[in-house]
Amino acid sequence: MLFLRQVFTIAAKDLRSELRTKEALNASLAFALVILLLFSFAFDANPEMMREISGGLLWLVFAFAGALILNRSFARELVNDCLDALISSPVPGAALFLGKVLANYVLLLGIEVVCLPIFGVFYNVRWAQQPLWLALVLVLATWGVCVVGTIFSALTVNLRLRELMLPMLVYPMLIPCLMAAMMLTTPLLAGQPIQGDMFAWLRLLVGFDIIFTSLAVVLIDTVLIG
Amino acid sequence: MREKTLYGLGALAIALLTHNIWKMLVNLPDEAFQGAIFRIIFFHVPAAFTCFTCFLVSLIAGISYLKTRDLKWDALGVSTTEVGLAFGAANLLTGMIWARIIWGIWWTWDWRLTSMLICWLLYGGYLVLRRAIEEPTERARLSAVMSILSFSVVPFVFFSIKWFRTQHPQPVLYGDGKMDSGYRSMLYGNWVPILMVAFVLVAVRMMQERRQREVDALRRSAHAF
Repeated sequence: MLFLRQVFTIAAKDLRSELRTKEALNASLAFALVILLLFSFAFDANPEMMREISGGLLWLVFAFAGALILNRSFARELVNDCLDALISSPVPGAALFLGKVLANYVLLLGIEVVCLPIFGVFYNVRWAQQPLWLALVLVLATWGVCVVGTIFSALTVNLRLRELMLPMLVYPMLIPCLMAAMMLTTPLLAGQPIQGDMFAWLRLLVGFDIIFTSLAVVLIDTVLIG
Repeated sequence: MREKTLYGLGALAIALLTHNIWKMLVNLPDEAFQGAIFRIIFFHVPAAFTCFTCFLVSLIAGISYLKTRDLKWDALGVSTTEVGLAFGAANLLTGMIWARIIWGIWWTWDWRLTSMLICWLLYGGYLVLRRAIEEPTERARLSAVMSILSFSVVPFVFFSIKWFRTQHPQPVLYGDGKMDSGYRSMLYGNWVPILMVAFVLVAVRMMQERRQREVDALRRSAHAF
């Protein structure tokens, strides 16, 4: 019980400080829009093409936008040695980590919810045909992105070139998760429900989330404290 | 003494490899469909096995470092990862040459090719991460974590990419695949010296790491005066 309260306290703290400054949120939303715009030059956005690649495009945007949020997650605590204060506070490392994951999760989900209709308008995709399945995929895959991203945010927080290191290390790690999300999202945006073989991808997402959440919780004390 | 044994082992491995190459070129007949080029399999497959053996040892070294905090495990971790990457590159390159001749293309996004490339990039990230950290114990700690995380992604990579259509041939050593016994014994016979080369490289690299630590310690004590 106490553990959960600590998780929520950390998450609320992070969300509050982010919503007051909106620095990561604005940057990542603007970045997502710019990428959406750039895609229009990369290919001819006709309906057949969009049916084939919409899931991939969308998750690339989310992955890029997510990297900006994840970068800030621990870097924000460097000023005034806040990170040291957090580590020496009675909150266990796992609660600190899960709180941060939760805050990033809410922010990234928010960005995704804003990006979806914009994507739908710009690329003429009727994205809301399978809302429940789509929500499930977003919820599962975004959790995977946030868990892996946050542990790497902690891992790279003290490094030179932190902003470069994080995406370089995180994207290869995220490939299974992003691939499953892309494979599931493309047919969902085309209006087909999840059926048959596609449940394998859903299982992969669930497995990825469970294994990396537990691994990260086990390893976070080593990463943060030593 | 230890160094001499190592170099002896290396020389033995090279002698064995030369002997194998001679046997491959002279004794073994060409494969029915592929002709002479199929012989690249005797390097392509053992290189992949060696690469994964190295990554497995690197995982064990990572866990052992976190348990014992002994820097020799870190040295083992970095040495095996570097050597594993070299053999991974050998596997990718020989595969590309083979693909160019048999398929007519250097690369295709087939699951076996893609998964190997992803593994290679993951462990490449491990080396980049090490580069960015100055302090030895912090570097050892974070690289151990990175090694554990990388290795746990690998099964997922293989899992997920398996569900794509595949151009790469099925495994010939296990499962439904079959291979002529002469070819098979050559494949394993060539894996032994390649593994020996990997072992020598890892040992030499570990010696380098140890000397690096000695140099660092000397430098620190010189600065202390």
